[in-house]
Amino acid sequence: MQQIINFIIRNKTFLLFLLLFTLSLFFTIQSHSYHKSKFINSANFLTGGIYEAVNNIGGYFNLRKENNTLLEENNKLKSILFNSENGALKQSYLSENTSNNYRLIPAQVYKNSYAAANNYLTINKGERDSIHQDFGVITSKGIIGIIDNTSKKYARVMSILNTNSRINVQLKKTDHFGTLTWDNESPENVTLIDVPKLAPVIVGDTIITGGRSTIFPKGIPVGKVVSFKLDETENYYNIKVKLFNDMTNVGHVYIIENLDAKEISILNNQDE
Amino acid sequence: MNNIISRNIARFIILVLIQVLVLNNINFLGYINPYIYILFIILFPIKNNRLLFIFLSFLLGLTVDLFLDSGGVHAAACVSIAYIRPVILKFAFGMTYEHQTVKFSSTEFGQRFTYFSIIILIHHLILFSLEIFNTSKIILILKKSLFSSIFTILLCLLITILFSRKNK
Repeated sequence: MQQIINFIIRNKTFLLFLLLFTLSLFFTIQSHSYHKSKFINSANFLTGGIYEAVNNIGGYFNLRKENNTLLEENNKLKSILFNSENGALKQSYLSENTSNNYRLIPAQVYKNSYAAANNYLTINKGERDSIHQDFGVITSKGIIGIIDNTSKKYARVMSILNTNSRINVQLKKTDHFGTLTWDNESPENVTLIDVPKLAPVIVGDTIITGGRSTIFPKGIPVGKVVSFKLDETENYYNIKVKLFNDMTNVGHVYIIENLDAKEISILNNQDE
Repeated sequence: MNNIISRNIARFIILVLIQVLVLNNINFLGYINPYIYILFIILFPIKNNRLLFIFLSFLLGLTVDLFLDSGGVHAAACVSIAYIRPVILKFAFGMTYEHQTVKFSSTEFGQRFTYFSIIILIHHLILFSLEIFNTSKIILILKKSLFSSIFTILLCLLITILFSRKNK
């Protein structure tokens, strides 16, 4: 007993180092798996509050650009509306109280990163605005990511520029689907894997969300094909996709809640 | 004594805030960011309680991790350089360190440069290997740590020169 205590006292520096190093490794490994990084994330009141304070000052500098983006989007929506032959669309736009499957909530980005291997965004809506895990986040141009952690006032979004991110997407022309991943190379390009060899891929094809998951509705634009090649097994394509979104410059976003998500997941769980 | 404690507390807070609010948005050439918050570890008084020093370094790294959503990579890198700092000090300053009389403001530029470079390089290597965590991306790890280190070393030297008091 005496010797054990002596040993601890003699090596206390090394033991403390070892303890703290293991602890940080534990946090690191935890942050590599989705939904598990509960303790160390920027969606808490301290970091969220500081980012909010700074953003309140910095937000003014982007107002002109934000206005232009909003105007463009409005313009696009209006032109779709006025050019459509479909009366039902017009009706639902004007009446506002139709039953819909998706709820959209606007939010503002407080913190964005794109240089690390696992990138996250912090936004200014949280549980108070009934935002929960697994809601999708998009902009008017394309997808941003999925909410993976929430606090009362803030939420953390796992960006598509995250090595853990897996999002179901498909080709716009055909229904061949695959998985969108990021290989840590540049914030402009992502990689689409698991597209079967039979799919007719051409450079310039548009990639949209697949609607097979309950997170994103079908048909949100993601990016276009830059180049493609077969992977090692020669059965699937590895497609390099250039994002429509400029991930380095994100201001306002929309959070998508699928109101049917619970029902669909219950149905799927019954199967197993 | 109080002066030293309060100065280190202020340094801790200011360095973390500058790091997360300003320097992490630089992204020079897309991925190069300086990490100057480790100046806290570099400039920590040499006559110290080692246990406290290692614990404070861990806290510093964890705070930065909180802001940057990076799990525990900064904490791991900070704890490691805090633990091996005496060895590097001995290597860089030699006899003066043995007598515990090193004062960073009065050391030679060459010695200070070696000390800074070694600590910063080790910190960045650990940081990026843990962050990327993939052996097939070793070139990316080396590239990132090398370029970020150069940026950090330059900034750290500039800051210490700018803020050093003349004791003549």
